[in-house]
Amino acid sequence: MTLTGWGRTRRAEVDACRPERGQTAIGLLKGRYDRGILAHGLGRSYGDAPLNDGGNILLTERLNRMVSFDPSDGTLVCEAGVTFDDLLTAFLPRGFLPPTSPGTAFATIGGAIANDVHGKNHDRVGSFGDHVLWLDLILPTGEMARVSPTERPELFAATIGGVGLTGVILHACFRLRRVFSGSVDVRERRMPDLDAFMASLSEARETAGYSVGWIDGMARGGDMGRGILETAETAATDAPAKPSKARAVPIDLPGFTLNPLSINLFNQAYYRRVSAEGRTRTMPIRQFLYPLDAIHHWNRIYGKRGFHQFQAVIPDAEAVAGMRKLLEAISEARAGSFLAVLKTLGGEGRGLLSFPTRGYTLALDFPRRDGVEDLMARLTAIALDHGGRIYLAKDAVLDAASFARMYPKLGDFRHVLDGIDPDRRIQSDLSRRLDIRGVSP
Amino acid sequence: MTNSTWLVLGASSSIARAFALEAAAQGDDVLLAGRDTADLERGAADIRIRHDVQVEVIDFDAEVVDSHDAFVDAVTTRAAGFGDKPLNVFLAFGLMPDQSAIDADPDQAQRAIMATYAGAVSVLHRLAPILEARKSGHVVVLGSVAGDRGRIKNYVYGSAKAGLHAYLQGLRNRLFRSGVTVTTVKPGFIDTTMTWGMPGLFLVASPRDCARACLRYAKKGAEIRYFPSFWWVIMTIIKNIPEPIFKRLSI
Repeated sequence: MTLTGWGRTRRAEVDACRPERGQTAIGLLKGRYDRGILAHGLGRSYGDAPLNDGGNILLTERLNRMVSFDPSDGTLVCEAGVTFDDLLTAFLPRGFLPPTSPGTAFATIGGAIANDVHGKNHDRVGSFGDHVLWLDLILPTGEMARVSPTERPELFAATIGGVGLTGVILHACFRLRRVFSGSVDVRERRMPDLDAFMASLSEARETAGYSVGWIDGMARGGDMGRGILETAETAATDAPAKPSKARAVPIDLPGFTLNPLSINLFNQAYYRRVSAEGRTRTMPIRQFLYPLDAIHHWNRIYGKRGFHQFQAVIPDAEAVAGMRKLLEAISEARAGSFLAVLKTLGGEGRGLLSFPTRGYTLALDFPRRDGVEDLMARLTAIALDHGGRIYLAKDAVLDAASFARMYPKLGDFRHVLDGIDPDRRIQSDLSRRLDIRGVSP
Repeated sequence: MTNSTWLVLGASSSIARAFALEAAAQGDDVLLAGRDTADLERGAADIRIRHDVQVEVIDFDAEVVDSHDAFVDAVTTRAAGFGDKPLNVFLAFGLMPDQSAIDADPDQAQRAIMATYAGAVSVLHRLAPILEARKSGHVVVLGSVAGDRGRIKNYVYGSAKAGLHAYLQGLRNRLFRSGVTVTTVKPGFIDTTMTWGMPGLFLVASPRDCARACLRYAKKGAEIRYFPSFWWVIMTIIKNIPEPIFKRLSI
């Protein structure tokens, strides 16, 4: 079958299996695969991290049982194919939320761990991997291993953010967070330019429960970096439930739908919909955390050529200079798309290849057109110059040399993999592109 | 709303698992019956955690009809433990060996018939008096479009399902007098382990959608339904191809 990442720029012809029981998955890892095997959840990574072209794929979507739950402290054990949507449906009515969540509820817990995902509350709670108590991992040889910060800690650290290369996560144990309502009070404010935005984000990371900025990537000159800052706190009571039905983009839209004019109009409208004085609203937390989930297959608006997402983090000290250069390059190329997301991250993740570090992160989509990959290479160089790194969950274009400079613990990661998977039984398009395994020892 | 208890037979299958989750989502209690009780226990924990209803697992093997009396006793006891609620039955088991495997080893035909037809009749016939006595309840049984016409690719399994369809017509006739509905659902292509990797499938439906439809049909007391419903059109055409032509086809 053919699989793609969410950005649909990369395709893979794979031989896929879809076990419905853990025992079956264990048996499958013991098989012989010429070009390796890789776990694949719901394919919400944008680039080629979830792909293994010409090789084998183990789909985890039917390994989605919840195993145990302790309401006294929120400890949940579940299979790795459980989604954030499953967690919210089951636990939000009982006053529990996942500790942190990516921008879509249609990601699996296995994927959240393998990419050490972060949310709009990273400064406060860290990334998903920070909340994992232990994992049951099917090793590349088909053996089972319980890994945690105290049991085989190096293997645990390699698995958090390890883009699936340490094996297949079967069970994960982590703690849900208590909340007193399923809604948030969201405050939106206009930010006139980049300096104001960065200063406000810097304040919000210390004071707000959640914070995220939406930047108009098309604005230039004095307006460059303008946008909307959203901060949010858990609401005291639930917002009135408004049953909203998800809509879907039924077909690939033609490539010309998104052009500088239409995008510019959209971004202008998005900026002006919040009045100059700002506004405060109470909304269901799903709507706040997952605005795009209301439109199924939203990736189709970019047409069948797909789109790239660029996401880099730049450490605090270099962030102001780095973000300015990134935005200058983007607005100069007139390649910006819908709103770019700017937010702060609180600190290093626990994984050897975890993306987060204390700094500012910018994420935006680029419709895949000629020249976009050149622009992304320029942006990558700017990020690297300022001590930044690229998020592997989003990436399809990074080169191996830049990757090695961005992830200083790559050597440790390789060492762990050489120990558990000398025959390279787990592979992905990403691992080959970035030469993650390196030269054989 | 009065809640009920669903007995799910063959509860490890994709559709049955989805069905149990959907029923539990509506507040119904569930008895999961099947051979792989370790797997069913995991499924039971999943349902309890997600939906906070009562779920229990009962060992059940369709092919071992000697065990069915004891099984039905266990069902009665466990269901009573859930409180005095209407008892409904969802039957999802069946065994579909490859026709070529059956051709190579005719004993496989016996197994397919036992699991798909004889075992189903055995357990339903033992449950029928209980349902009659309660004077309410729904029975939903997964038949198959394969039972509508014997085809070269799948005629042993198809004949077992055809037998089951006829049995269910009679059972429906009988239980109607006691206010119990019997629904035969004939699924087309559903995305299960049975169909995974098969070439030539089209418009494959998810187990969850199939499960939701089954619950809906049960509440309506529908008699015979295709799912997805367009399969009615396809099967009407296939059923009406004259035999002298049909015997030359390999659909």
